[in-house]
Amino acid sequence: MMNQNLQLNNEGHLKHFLTIEGLSAKILNEILDTAESFVSMSQQQVQKFPLLRGKTIVNLFFENSTRTRSTFELAATRLSADILNVDIATSATSKGESLLDTINTLEAMHVDMFVVRHPLSGAAHFIAQHTSPHISIINAGDGQHAHPTQAMLDVFTIRQHHPDFSQLKVAIVGDILHSRVARSQIQALNTLGVKEVRLIAPKTLLPAHVESLGIRAYHDMKQGLDDIDVIIMLRLQKERMNSAFLASESEYFKCFGLTEEKLKLAKKDALVMHPGPINRGVEIASSVADGNKSLILKQVSNGIAVRMAIMSMAIQVGVGK
Amino acid sequence: MSQIEIKYGRIIDPRNNIDQIGSLYLAKGKILALFNQPDNFNADKTIDATNCIVCPGLIDLSVRLREPGQSQKATIASETQAAASAGVTSLCLPPDTLPVIDTPAVTELIKDKAEKVNYPNIYPLGALTQGLMGEKLSAMFALKSAGCIAVSNANKPLDSLVILRRAMEYAAGHGLTIFYRPDESSLSHNGCAHEGVMATHYGLPSIPEAAESIAVAQCLELAELTGCKIHFSQLSCKRSIIKIQQAKKYGLNVTADVAIHQLHLSENDIEPFNSVYHVLPPLRSEADKKYLQEGLANGTINAICSDHQPHNLDAKLGAFPETEAGISALETLLPLTLKLVENHVLSLSKALASLSSEAATILGLEKTGSLTPTYDADICIFDPEKTWQVNEINWLSAGKNTPFWKQTLKGRVIHTLQKGNLIYSLEKNK
Repeated sequence: MMNQNLQLNNEGHLKHFLTIEGLSAKILNEILDTAESFVSMSQQQVQKFPLLRGKTIVNLFFENSTRTRSTFELAATRLSADILNVDIATSATSKGESLLDTINTLEAMHVDMFVVRHPLSGAAHFIAQHTSPHISIINAGDGQHAHPTQAMLDVFTIRQHHPDFSQLKVAIVGDILHSRVARSQIQALNTLGVKEVRLIAPKTLLPAHVESLGIRAYHDMKQGLDDIDVIIMLRLQKERMNSAFLASESEYFKCFGLTEEKLKLAKKDALVMHPGPINRGVEIASSVADGNKSLILKQVSNGIAVRMAIMSMAIQVGVGK
Repeated sequence: MSQIEIKYGRIIDPRNNIDQIGSLYLAKGKILALFNQPDNFNADKTIDATNCIVCPGLIDLSVRLREPGQSQKATIASETQAAASAGVTSLCLPPDTLPVIDTPAVTELIKDKAEKVNYPNIYPLGALTQGLMGEKLSAMFALKSAGCIAVSNANKPLDSLVILRRAMEYAAGHGLTIFYRPDESSLSHNGCAHEGVMATHYGLPSIPEAAESIAVAQCLELAELTGCKIHFSQLSCKRSIIKIQQAKKYGLNVTADVAIHQLHLSENDIEPFNSVYHVLPPLRSEADKKYLQEGLANGTINAICSDHQPHNLDAKLGAFPETEAGISALETLLPLTLKLVENHVLSLSKALASLSSEAATILGLEKTGSLTPTYDADICIFDPEKTWQVNEINWLSAGKNTPFWKQTLKGRVIHTLQKGNLIYSLEKNK
């Protein structure tokens, strides 16, 4: 459905990174391989690469974020780029400036890449369609649509433990309806050929026609976690209680919270992931989040390498080739 | 010009079951006779309609002119020209202008402007509630006296069912029809796309069918209770049609229309995040589209409207959910309706009826919508085979926001007459 030309240049290389949709397994694997090279190169000590020296990257955040923004910032710094953080959540658009005016203003400062987070679905696409051809756009989360760098760091983390995806069964648990992370994860996992993706959530937090995403939906952890290799827990926004999506945090935790007991429903060596920030005692028990099956902090450090890979590929310096 | 002969055209008048090649004779702005030249008729002007269809001028039940209040988008002058070029000889203006049509003064202002641009047949819909706020009843008697043909709350919700009930009773008392765009706002809240595969896929805030069908059901119950005449505007889904079908079966006197784009497009046609497809009600599923087509064919839906909503560029520049909804649709109304005929959805006579006589009946217009002698000479002459591209050169509306841009369509209006005045000729505009 998605026009893939928007993300790829004429040679089929990554120009923007807006969504997983429309990208081939080959490109996704290239991102993962490039990220791998950054991880192994910087294993002993933090190292800087001169790949983006002289390039200017703008972190354009229309929505608050700590970890995504910091990892993008670190990734850019390690690639020797100049980075400008623009926090729009509290500036221009609240003064009535349109999205396009903001972009045009920043573009006039001769930047090479925008890393964009925006509360509305489609914002990153819109910006990609309205900036000069030499500028790359990285989607750092748009509304409820996509968060493709998060999905890539998640599959990267999974790949470190399960290099062969073909027999893998992955369950994503929680607020799928409002989750851009889930949408991108589903696409990445399916593109890379996992055996099965399951979603486990109360009916109120699953979108209509959810099977059309290429998944199987469950409303019950017992059935949903059976025979699962990887469990990805999603953050539950506390305001969901106020709009009648759920009865209470404690009831949610009883039904869908990942406890050590529920973890036993999955395969013996099942891995636990969470894009963060976590709500302890709401979607995940502390003992599981901090337990030996948890990859949560690993995800964070992998986030830097994966974002370095995507940024360097999109500015097309051909790292690792 | 007092006497006009339109000759060699295929005259189609759905209401009078006429479909025959011949001449149409007009005098003093009225239809004088068909086929046989009356005695003492001396044409001052002759229009050659060879290879053309001559039919009643189209009556469009929903056209935003953007004036007063939003002339950066379009003006009464620009949009009435577009209407004339589309064969539309009468149009209804919803009350969501700025200021709202809730006083005789605004009504008269619009009537005045209509006269000034020589397009008198603008029929304002009065606001159902003051300022469309959904709280207090508007002065419906005054609005009717000033020239409002019906009342409506446009796309704005009403505070509660008791307000709707009172408004219906009050309107019924003044013999006014309510144009009702069914939308339960607590269910459609902030949505911008149909709650279906596309919205799920792209993470767009969605609107379930039930937001519309529940509002239809409530309104039907209150129509039964109050005896108010209801016209449902711009229906979009199957469940609404089923409810209206049942109500009609049991004798309730309600009517309905559908916007032309709902008969041609579904959620599957939406190019990702392309704001030109942002309309309300949203483009629904293929099944809904099919059901709307059937509803039109079997008479559950009476009329087709353009739901014309011209926008300036800025209104459509942004992330999909923040853009303004609506399609500039006057000029594609006839060709897209003819496409339904080509696709065997409707007969030609039925298609033209849903653009003219049916709409006239809904509005209670007694002197237009058919080619009956003594009626106003509101006439559309079009070449059903002529193809044209939707582009800058052929387009007159100030709003270019249409998903059909650059497409080649079949069926082109050649002349439009309103009360006997030639208000549009294709040749003159080239």
